[in-house]
Amino acid sequence: MADYKMDADHPGTAMARGVQGVLGKGLDRIEGALKVSGTATYGYEHQIDNVAYGFLITAPAAKGKVTGFDTEAARALPGVLDIIVDDPRIPRQAAAFGPAHAGNDEIDHYDQVMGVAIATSFEAARAAAKAVIVHIDAADGRFDTMADVAHASGPPKDSRLQDVAKGDIEQAMAEAAASIDQVYTTPNQVHAAMEPHASIAAWEDGTLTLWSSLQILKVARQVLAKAVGVESAQVRILSPYVGGGFGGKMLGPDAVLAAIAAQKLGRPVKIAMARQQLFHNVYRRTDTHQRLRLAADKDGRMTAIGHDSVVSQGPDGGFMEPVALGSISLYAAPVRHFTHKVVTLDMVMAGAVRAPGEAVGMLALESAIDELAEQCGRDPIDFRKLNEPEVDPMTGAPFSTRALVECLDWGAQQFGWARRASTPASVREGEWLIGMGVAAAVRINLMMDSEARVTLSPDGRARIETDMTDIGTGSYTILAQIAGEALGLPLDCVDVVLGDTDLPPAAGSGGSFGAASAGSSVALACEDIVATLAERMDATPEQMTLKDGHAIAGNRRVPLAELVGAAPLVGNGKIAQGSNAKTYSQAAHGAQFAEVAVNAITGEVRMRRMLGVFEAGRILNAKTARSQAIGGMIWGIGYALMEDAVLDQRTGQFVNHDLAEYHVPAHADVPHLDVHFIEHVDEHANPIGVKGLGELSISGAGAAVTNAIYNACGVRVRDFPMTLDKILAGLPPL
Amino acid sequence: MHFTINGQSHEVEPDIRTSLLDLLREHVGLTGSKKGCDHGQCGACTVLINGRRVNSCLTLAVMHQDDDITTIEGLGTPDNLSPMQAAFVKHDGYQCGYCTPGQICSAMGMLDEVKKGWGSHVSKDLTNPELTDEEISERMSGNICRCSAYPNIVDAIREVAGADA
Repeated sequence: MADYKMDADHPGTAMARGVQGVLGKGLDRIEGALKVSGTATYGYEHQIDNVAYGFLITAPAAKGKVTGFDTEAARALPGVLDIIVDDPRIPRQAAAFGPAHAGNDEIDHYDQVMGVAIATSFEAARAAAKAVIVHIDAADGRFDTMADVAHASGPPKDSRLQDVAKGDIEQAMAEAAASIDQVYTTPNQVHAAMEPHASIAAWEDGTLTLWSSLQILKVARQVLAKAVGVESAQVRILSPYVGGGFGGKMLGPDAVLAAIAAQKLGRPVKIAMARQQLFHNVYRRTDTHQRLRLAADKDGRMTAIGHDSVVSQGPDGGFMEPVALGSISLYAAPVRHFTHKVVTLDMVMAGAVRAPGEAVGMLALESAIDELAEQCGRDPIDFRKLNEPEVDPMTGAPFSTRALVECLDWGAQQFGWARRASTPASVREGEWLIGMGVAAAVRINLMMDSEARVTLSPDGRARIETDMTDIGTGSYTILAQIAGEALGLPLDCVDVVLGDTDLPPAAGSGGSFGAASAGSSVALACEDIVATLAERMDATPEQMTLKDGHAIAGNRRVPLAELVGAAPLVGNGKIAQGSNAKTYSQAAHGAQFAEVAVNAITGEVRMRRMLGVFEAGRILNAKTARSQAIGGMIWGIGYALMEDAVLDQRTGQFVNHDLAEYHVPAHADVPHLDVHFIEHVDEHANPIGVKGLGELSISGAGAAVTNAIYNACGVRVRDFPMTLDKILAGLPPL
Repeated sequence: MHFTINGQSHEVEPDIRTSLLDLLREHVGLTGSKKGCDHGQCGACTVLINGRRVNSCLTLAVMHQDDDITTIEGLGTPDNLSPMQAAFVKHDGYQCGYCTPGQICSAMGMLDEVKKGWGSHVSKDLTNPELTDEEISERMSGNICRCSAYPNIVDAIREVAGADA
């Protein structure tokens, strides 16, 4: 077992010694052929004999008491096997990182799961679920965050961000040569992964097997076991392919109810949540109300930064959107003020959606920085460079790596920033006003405990096994590249098996920690193997060169198959976070650039081009990394221009609870995008020197768009999304 | 009832409420066509019916007993990918892979529409459209990709269309 705690920099032997040349290359995904041929198997698609179909029964109101269920009509429908509404384990809220409350006697959010109808076909189960009558005493609910702000609470104890007040911000604002004091708001947002939450449950001899679509299996296993009332050891979860996660694929009601139903019926049951149900039963990203107070002296040096937010949460609470997470260490300023208030609403709980904190916090902060730079009469890039801190402005810790200025400079050159007219609404092409915008990107860097097993077989092939998931991020491929580099094997000699709790427990996918955590554990497992290979070569691991399936040391070149001999060589790797997380301030950085055209008559916004320049440590696969980056940048377009789960203040339901009305960017919304990586291997972060990327790329992306819109037409909208009706009101006269 | 799917005959007795998508996924075992919304809003279920792209969740199976249905599985296999499938791999025109079969089937149907001279909202010449990137993006906008691989999907389609021209 190669076990390493990140209390000091790891010598990084595996990656340093590697000469195979597969690491970092933009190689095709190793599971690609399965995905493009429709043969990769997702949560609902495993072929299980004798499976019954479940469809969730949901509540017709957002608040109230359940007085009874009328299931007679539903039970009488052809094909119906059972209606389950009387099990105390029926989950009230989607279980996220811990078991949420159970019981369907009370309703605390609209469309809350009440039970499940089970039938021999999907059509019959759906009809039965709709035929169940839920009798309720409806009550008035709380749906307006700002109306209830007087009853808000502070950050939960275990929240990533606690309130900070360093210096007197009121005084700093009063004494400032230039200042901004503005409120920015963002609406409720949803993950909208393409694959709905879906599960198949089967029991055999008291053991539950669940095929599902989940991001972090070791946590899901514990949560499911507790929810169903068995030990973790009695639960096996398989999630080999996950049709998008974005933070939302923690354990859902589909999994718990499939398990309950399969147990009761004594046969396998599968449940997929309907798209409409997902909007109200998967945790959302909270609406945010962000007050930005920024102050600067006459030279444009920031003297104060304040980012105070109000967010909402469902009745069961727990998570808080850490809105100021990006602001906290981004700019130097002696006076610093970061607070959060959490208002309880009768809504589905709020939880993690891609880049909790930065995704919405940086939208506001980087818009405000643009406003302050203009007030100071400075170019937005120069302004940011002027306020670049040398050490973490909160803790005084050195940055592990930080290349924000490098990203800004490279991007400015490449994007043609010098051509930007600093006066808004001064470039026009026909009826289109053209503008450019920039924003900084930052995302904290995380690593979680992760384990992997690598087996080198007598035939010279390597097999990686871990319960890590690939939610589209490229886990299969980058893990193969790490092992290929460490063991000197071409990629077609590496097999990767993921997404099964029978395998060593991994960090899973979330918080952009997947590659760092699972990747490090695989590198360590390979080191374990190399140590044995080195012994058999009468060499030290450092003296070993491994390439093309051969070990080279001294004057010998021996095929790996020969060194392995008759019994497979097994290496185990385990990584744990350590004191380096405190010794160094760890974050990934970037610079986002956007060019837009705003229609001078209608206010319609058209993206013209975008450039993202990112520093996220070592890049493991240039192709999949670029894909993650463009994905995040496009989410930024969505957050700036269209995404908005519209809450009906009378009923507490999202009016636009489907993919036709909740607008995410589509093909025609997306312009030509360029991505560039500035690669600094971050040896302080983890043994393989990578940093999180999937969330970095959304950070600041929307602000680059809104700043470009301001530059194009002189309209600054602080109530996101910037739909054309909001822009139209402020357009200059024709 | 009798259905012709990927050139093969299937005898199935679906519920009259069964969508073509659920026929494929739940009765025939062809799970390559995906259910993302079940309301024709996301495009993940796109298949080709007599060569034309259709959201298979929006049409009932019983309506297609005389049709020639092609799904992603009928375009190519992992060991023998079609040019469009191979181009999606090469250009990383996906991430999670869930919308991918629909994107690929939609791209095949779309290219045929352009070949037939069907105009679109962005066509300069409505009767003889040119396959620009803008035209590809416009015509593919019925297929949502939340991972947002859009630029890579356009790259893949452009390459295949160019090779075909």
